[in-house]
Amino acid sequence: MTGHRGGIPGSKLLRWGKRLLWANMFFSFFFLYAPIIILVAFSFNDSRLGARWAGFTLKWYGQMMESEAIRVAVRNSLFVAFVSTAISTVLGTMTAIAMERFRFPFRRTYDGILYLPVIIPDIVMAISLLAFFSLSLGWMNNLFGLQGNSALRPGLTTVIIAHVAFNISFVAIVVRTSLRELDPNFEEAAQDLGANEWITFRRIILPLITPGILGGALLAFTLSLDDFVITFFTTGPGGTTLPIEVFGRIRRSISPEINAISTVMLLASMLLVVVSQFVQRRGSTSV
Amino acid sequence: MTARRKSLLAILLGPGAFWIGLFFLIPLILVVVYSFLERRSGGGVLWHFSLDAYIKLFSPTGETLINDFMMIVLRSLWWAALTSFVCLIIGYPLAFFIALQPPSHRTAYLFFVLIPFWTNFLVRTYAWKFILNNNGLLNNLLQALGMNRIALINTPTAVLIGLVYGSLPFMVLPLYASIEKLDFDLVEAAQDLGANYVRVFSRVILPLTMPGIVAGIVLVFIPVSGQYIVPTILGGGKVAMLGNLLAQQFGPALNWPFGSAIAVVFMALLMVGVIFYLRGDAREEEVGL
Repeated sequence: MTGHRGGIPGSKLLRWGKRLLWANMFFSFFFLYAPIIILVAFSFNDSRLGARWAGFTLKWYGQMMESEAIRVAVRNSLFVAFVSTAISTVLGTMTAIAMERFRFPFRRTYDGILYLPVIIPDIVMAISLLAFFSLSLGWMNNLFGLQGNSALRPGLTTVIIAHVAFNISFVAIVVRTSLRELDPNFEEAAQDLGANEWITFRRIILPLITPGILGGALLAFTLSLDDFVITFFTTGPGGTTLPIEVFGRIRRSISPEINAISTVMLLASMLLVVVSQFVQRRGSTSV
Repeated sequence: MTARRKSLLAILLGPGAFWIGLFFLIPLILVVVYSFLERRSGGGVLWHFSLDAYIKLFSPTGETLINDFMMIVLRSLWWAALTSFVCLIIGYPLAFFIALQPPSHRTAYLFFVLIPFWTNFLVRTYAWKFILNNNGLLNNLLQALGMNRIALINTPTAVLIGLVYGSLPFMVLPLYASIEKLDFDLVEAAQDLGANYVRVFSRVILPLTMPGIVAGIVLVFIPVSGQYIVPTILGGGKVAMLGNLLAQQFGPALNWPFGSAIAVVFMALLMVGVIFYLRGDAREEEVGL
């Protein structure tokens, strides 16, 4: 950090400014956390009507555990998240290495294209994939003469394809940052000592960027697990993920069971933040 | 580049480029193509060239120059601007506050900004529905205090609250990154030269943290303008935004060319806006230094 903070002379205006900063901080965190805390608190509320406290219960969690639809949705969500994270981590890391260690024509154009899935509003990506899958699956069904039950339909496979399509970019961005922070002297030293490109990569680069790769993978996993919009438009029968299931329930009604599911999802996300902070901290001390 | 290095590059770059090309770029191009085709009544398109979709979008109604569809597009952009502004007003002092704390505390504050950032968006929006609903927490509270219930759910106010709530972390993080880099010696120097607090802020602090403001606004504006979850859950279909319009045309209305045309016009407006915005900012910096 640069500069010191003690030098600004005190005055009435400055004191008021500081008070306002504190007030704004309290307001901001109240605004950010009050809804979450209320949501969690009312998941233990013993009343079907929701927003009036009627005593403590765990029955909504019990109902959640017994629900077959929730079980299937959780299994689907985890399957999609694991598969899409695995594919996008490998492809994203390879892309990051190519972008940071190679010069090639249209590199800058590709650089721009790589950022597009990150900044484009997800609804636009969602409807474009809907149009694409509808067209391409139709073509394939025609080509192979598939009809009725054997016809290809959107489902978990199309969802995984879609999640990889946006996650490659997220992984590539995170891994590129750790490649850029890597001291090139390590690689030069290894090569001076006679290591070829593969050995240099395997023994020097890969261990040093592992925290970056893990960080990228965790981000991809979270984004896949949380995604609603793109999944909603690319899935089909039998391809219900947890956010899709929850959305359906929210639209139907408000029930304490949704609060219970939400609480579990909140805990899962918080666990992922803690893990990712831990991974990054370990990465920054070991390099 | 040697032949070996060339093939290595192809192996590294190929699979990712293939995936992004086939499952991201081609679908986007497809939407542009679809916007110039004819509607098929059961969904999908007929492969005849047609400008019907654009004519439908831009044709004025009997009374007004802008029809309801275009109105929703423009309203989404306006609400995105409003959301960015509110997030900036709350987020800037918050980021500033965090940057003024001792380093060990900063990490903790940032962690608490990050948690909502990583938390499921759907769940966070549902939390507001739970609060704002007609027999939700807020109305129960008002009634208990002897006040009248207010209808908030399915109003623009509810949607805007949800939009600001979902976007605030996206504003705070880039703002913090640029405020943290601020050299406070410059603030002191300006004060030594006789500048008052207002001048120090407007002439020194604000210009130096402009990159964070620019990044924060872009990060809030773009996703908000295409929001689907918030207007659906907190607007209940009564307060439609662009996301609802697209979902409707590709869903129940089964007018894919029209949906595509809306997406194309939206992306064009967004692109022109962002380019002008970033260019204007670059020029400002040149003059400022």
